[in-house]
Amino acid sequence: MSPRVTFPNKLLPYLLLAPQLAITIVFFYWPASQALRQSLLREDPFGLQSTFVGLANFRRVLNDPNYINAVQVTVIFSIATAFLAMALALLLAVMADKIIRGRGIYRTLLIWPYAVAPAIAGMLWLFMFNPAMGTFAYMLRSAGFGWDPLLNGPQAMTLVIAAAAWKQISYNFLFFVAGLQAIPKTLIEAAAIDGAGENKRFWTIVFPLLAPTTFFLLVINTTYAFFDTFGIIHAVTGGGPGKATETLVYKVYNDGFVNLILGDSAAQSVILMIIVIALTAIQFRYVEKKVHYG
Amino acid sequence: MAEQATARPSGRTSTAAFLGRREEGAMLGISRTSRYVAHAILILGVLIVAFPIYYTFVASTHSLQTILRPPLPLLPGDRFWENYSTALFGGIGRIGGVDVGTLLFNTTAVALAIAIGKIVISILSAFAIVFFRFPLRMFFFWMIFITLMLPVEVRILPTYKVMVDLGLIDTYTGLTLPLMASATATLLFRQFFLTIPGELVEAARVDGAGPWRFFKDILLPLSKTNIAALFVILFIYGWTQYLWPLLVTNRNDMNTIVIALRKMISFADADTEWHLVMVTAMLAIVPPILVVLFMQRWFVKGLVETEK
Repeated sequence: MSPRVTFPNKLLPYLLLAPQLAITIVFFYWPASQALRQSLLREDPFGLQSTFVGLANFRRVLNDPNYINAVQVTVIFSIATAFLAMALALLLAVMADKIIRGRGIYRTLLIWPYAVAPAIAGMLWLFMFNPAMGTFAYMLRSAGFGWDPLLNGPQAMTLVIAAAAWKQISYNFLFFVAGLQAIPKTLIEAAAIDGAGENKRFWTIVFPLLAPTTFFLLVINTTYAFFDTFGIIHAVTGGGPGKATETLVYKVYNDGFVNLILGDSAAQSVILMIIVIALTAIQFRYVEKKVHYG
Repeated sequence: MAEQATARPSGRTSTAAFLGRREEGAMLGISRTSRYVAHAILILGVLIVAFPIYYTFVASTHSLQTILRPPLPLLPGDRFWENYSTALFGGIGRIGGVDVGTLLFNTTAVALAIAIGKIVISILSAFAIVFFRFPLRMFFFWMIFITLMLPVEVRILPTYKVMVDLGLIDTYTGLTLPLMASATATLLFRQFFLTIPGELVEAARVDGAGPWRFFKDILLPLSKTNIAALFVILFIYGWTQYLWPLLVTNRNDMNTIVIALRKMISFADADTEWHLVMVTAMLAIVPPILVVLFMQRWFVKGLVETEK
């Protein structure tokens, strides 16, 4: 690329950058560095003194059965949410690609949940399925099924997964539709002429060519399930019953903000930071491939 | 390409495209039956997606007694005006008598401030990074970029401490300012600015236009679509915030509607006013949905292009 034509001002660019940098330093870098520092310290119970303990906080956190439990919960929750949200969205996008009339209407009707806050999505699902007066809970129980997500761990998990996936269908749907439209029609026509049926065409041509979109969405959905679903967990289950739905982010919040165990919470924050860095790196490393067929 | 295909306004497919699709359908041997199946699955999908919202609407028009006796009727009841006016103007006991009108005002103010603030701050920094050369330029760029990797969730406690030290708890500044720095928006504007030909800058300079003039008369009009798209996405982002308002608000009258809703619900005791909860839920859902629907064209374009 040729060198860009620019303006010669010396001071102006700094002034233009100043607001962003000020906010970034005060609210991002300073707190993040504090989290890093805190993760290496241990405070006495009164918060008067802190001593340098090296990686002891990390060692304790990683050996804590509750933390291992939170890791497992997060992994199960994320995989199930991402898979459910993506599978349903892909199915709907493929169907929308087939039809001739009414695509716009379907799209309009399918993008609503994008605008719903995750916490509210959780509350809506809880309202439908709560044992006291949820209509669906009532129906399940009338059918002889012992349904109580407020007491039963796996059922609580199912409920938060359903709510989290429901909210994410719209987003995935829009990307799959765009991805499907970017696939050259000639390829599919060629396969049709060779006698491949709809099913075969999907699995041997469409699905592999969609891989960049699918991969991109996988990263986005994992990030979503890790971080943005805090509201669902906090509003619906509060991590319970027991610790059945306590995810990593919820545990950081709970340990630091409710139980006030600063060193452990900071160490957990740093571990999460590493996870975000990895996810972001993957996203930017492979995102280029997404446009290959565009 | 993707953007072209999706940016079409809903429900209005041009005749040419319509005929094109039909021919293509015939060519691909998509049978009539399989198209009916497709419609059936899509309708089922719409039902799954829309039902929770419809159900909430229905519940918001019934009395508390009806809600507490499942199953809930499938059609709206006759308490619409009563429930909505009580919630909007009457105040709700569980959240200290604050009415939903106040909550809606807070949330709208917060969402607008975040969306507009983010756009202004990032367009300025992208302008500086693309159209000027100065020492430490790339260092600043990376500094902004790296904030992508520091979401609130990984620095909850120390950020809270900063807010307390600065006296920003329970203030609108506290609710909005820290969320205004955005790497995504800056990256988007930067990418867009890089596509603007250098000749345009040269021409502006030859004509004696300074940077400010160039920004106002050339850059801003060119960025209109990007700004509109970003506005929708950021408005939704601001409206649906959860962890941040949970941390920085204690007072009931400073809550956003999402946080207040959480406070109103309790499954443990029986005095939750479910009919008002449902009204509040509807009022929390409808404004952002309207923004998405009315600005659908820019929203979809912005979403698929910016990838977040």
